[in-house]
Amino acid sequence: MGNILNASVMEDAIKSNFPYKIDIGAVYSVDPDKRHAYAHSGTNLFTPVERELVFDIDITDYDDVRYCCSGADVCSKCWPLMTVAIKVIDTSLREDFGFKHILWVFSGRRGVHCWVCDAKARRLTNEQRSAVAEYFRVYKGNENNAKKVDLMGHSLHPFLARSYVDFLKNFFEDELQATQSIFSSKEKYEKILGMITDEDIQADLRGKWENSARSSLSEEATSRLRWEQLKKTLQSKKNKALSLRTCVEEIVFTFTYPRIDLEVSKQMNHLLKAPFCVHPKTGRVCVPIDPNNCDEFDPLAVPTLSQLIEEINSGGLRMDVDDDDSDRSLLGKSIKFFRSSFLEPLLKSCKEEIETSYKAKIAKTKDSFSW
Amino acid sequence: MEVIRSQKRTVSNDVVSTPTLPLYLTAPPMEVRLEEFELFAIDRLRVLKGVSDGLARGRNPNEMDDLVETLWKEHMRLSDVSEMINKDIISHFVLRLVYCRSDELKKWFLSMETALFRHRFRLKKIEEQRAIVGEFGLPYKAVIGAELESLKERLGLVARSLGQISSDVENIYYKVPFEEVPDLVAGRRVLLQKGYAFVAGSQASHGVYFNLKHNLYSALILTNRKWTTTIREREKDRLTPIVEALSTSYLGPDYTQSNEYADISLKDIDQVSKSSFPLCMRHLFEKLREDHHLKHGGRMQLGLFLKGVGLKLDDALAFWREEFTKKVGSERFDKEYAYAIRHNYGKEGKRTDYTPYACSKIITSAPGAGDHHGCPYRHFSEDNLKAALSRMGLSSRGMEDVMDKVRNKHYQLACTLTFEAVYGTSCDTGINHPNQYFEESQKILKSKTPTAPV
Repeated sequence: MGNILNASVMEDAIKSNFPYKIDIGAVYSVDPDKRHAYAHSGTNLFTPVERELVFDIDITDYDDVRYCCSGADVCSKCWPLMTVAIKVIDTSLREDFGFKHILWVFSGRRGVHCWVCDAKARRLTNEQRSAVAEYFRVYKGNENNAKKVDLMGHSLHPFLARSYVDFLKNFFEDELQATQSIFSSKEKYEKILGMITDEDIQADLRGKWENSARSSLSEEATSRLRWEQLKKTLQSKKNKALSLRTCVEEIVFTFTYPRIDLEVSKQMNHLLKAPFCVHPKTGRVCVPIDPNNCDEFDPLAVPTLSQLIEEINSGGLRMDVDDDDSDRSLLGKSIKFFRSSFLEPLLKSCKEEIETSYKAKIAKTKDSFSW
Repeated sequence: MEVIRSQKRTVSNDVVSTPTLPLYLTAPPMEVRLEEFELFAIDRLRVLKGVSDGLARGRNPNEMDDLVETLWKEHMRLSDVSEMINKDIISHFVLRLVYCRSDELKKWFLSMETALFRHRFRLKKIEEQRAIVGEFGLPYKAVIGAELESLKERLGLVARSLGQISSDVENIYYKVPFEEVPDLVAGRRVLLQKGYAFVAGSQASHGVYFNLKHNLYSALILTNRKWTTTIREREKDRLTPIVEALSTSYLGPDYTQSNEYADISLKDIDQVSKSSFPLCMRHLFEKLREDHHLKHGGRMQLGLFLKGVGLKLDDALAFWREEFTKKVGSERFDKEYAYAIRHNYGKEGKRTDYTPYACSKIITSAPGAGDHHGCPYRHFSEDNLKAALSRMGLSSRGMEDVMDKVRNKHYQLACTLTFEAVYGTSCDTGINHPNQYFEESQKILKSKTPTAPV
């Protein structure tokens, strides 16, 4: 829609254009509508100056480690992969990078978006954005390489160690084993054996597992048993090679570590769908997700456009969120959370920043008078 | 800096106290002879071009140190130390004028100058490095006492994660805003806490690099303003022609415009892809024909390459449409993909005519799940690479030579060897651009069958 100056301009633009979705881009040095007027002055005056630091995680990038769905489909069995991704990244953005104004949003169908809105984050250069993105990169696999994760060195970096101990290990051993039974069939476990660099160990485990193929255990129990066997075998051969030492961690990271679309984060001028848009395919609203309670979030329970219309038609909706009844409307809780946990603290910090810089300016002019 | 025609030069300030690696903070108040203005700049340009080639060939930091030392000796070294420092400073400031004039030039100059500085810095003795860090006056606070104690365990983990066997930590750590040491953050080579990176004494040079780059970036913008408002006009008979000639003479071809060997049309494309595409493009091309789809990175890498080999916009649209419509339908193609193709040809958005990716860019790209772009020599597993090479017709001996280069991380040399094996001829220049591979291959094929169409 081009450049939006204030709320009423935005309202008019929405009323006249009926956009089916709204993307948000960067703040530019000159009005984007007039960029062609500046284009002939030699160097490029039309450059992005501010942009939230954004992350985009998509369940389709997990297709090789989920057996319940594929492509754009998502269910309660694979959604927890997103939940654990939120926990890992949110914790690091706060603890490691010191960011405070972070908004997580359901992307409407198959993933989540993250908006980091601190002043410092908005002003990062592309190079600095790349650095943050690379800090999160563990997954190096592409379609032409079986080993997806390579953790080198003699121990994990503190960020990876925390992610592993606090989130990934338990998620892998409990939830993922329960929902995906990742060792239950030959097709599944061969993928994991491929990550072990020692052929003797591969053959040893393969032998054990092929023989136990027709046991009476459930899929999940078989899967759990095999994981324990694998850990034990690797543990006993730990001294054999450095690469085996990190093998257990590598398998866990391969299956559970967040797979962020890093290119989206690296560039200031990448567009991202605005929160509270309606996804054109699913009709679901892109509602915020509370990272502290993200386990409770259910993508399949998110209100759809048709449900909202029904609500309006039945006369039950009151747009005024301060109303005591607001919790009962379909979007009430989401709007309340958005305002109190994200928008208000952000506005407060923006105001403080403006005041501080104003005071600094005054102090500076005073100084120059004292000459 | 004053440029004069006279043969005599007077150095008006005393340079003896300056360390041998200047920080280029201000233009020196000295007079420069017109001949030196140009000659010094050309010498420095030779060094920067050498650095650029070295980086493109994927040289590791230690090899780059050696390369920089050799280049410097060859082109910049003068027996008199203060003369050499003057040459260093003069040539740098002249090239600022040359390279401030477009975003593309600025970007190249900025990264080559920072790389040059970095490797020259690494070659200095510890005491001199300390003096340089001190001269910059970086306002970093050393971490001491209880704060350091509380971090020791995690600092040890960082050291071990980087390959150190013990969990010993260094004596000095500085608390630096994370955004000032992007390289260290990107490589997870520092501990981060609440927005600060804990930078070991031995890593402090990264703060210098950042500040040097930052200063140079701001300076280039100012220089550009001065250039366009006053200098260009005032110097139009004297410096301007020199400056304008300097920027184009040593950068090499960028393959934006296709040349005589590169002019393929839609009907030849399948055949040419087999006979003349380097492995990276051949792989993308085959995957596109197979899956009728490529993700963004692949579309960019292959699309710009095809533009560089002379595929016209209309043909390009037809080519991509033919494949993509099989998968996503023509309506979605027109809506979501056609724009990007026109964009690459400079017909949309910023209207920049985008250049095809060079090897350096492809090698340093990071293909993820579902991606097929990147450099096969770097991003394929050994088995996949071997299979791909045998499809190109390499013998097992030729393949071993290639794999040997791959294991030593010489990806461009691996590609060069593949080229030599496929065409049975030597390639002395080495491969550093997919479009160069294509052109060299076409030259050979056309000389063998002078009349047959490609």
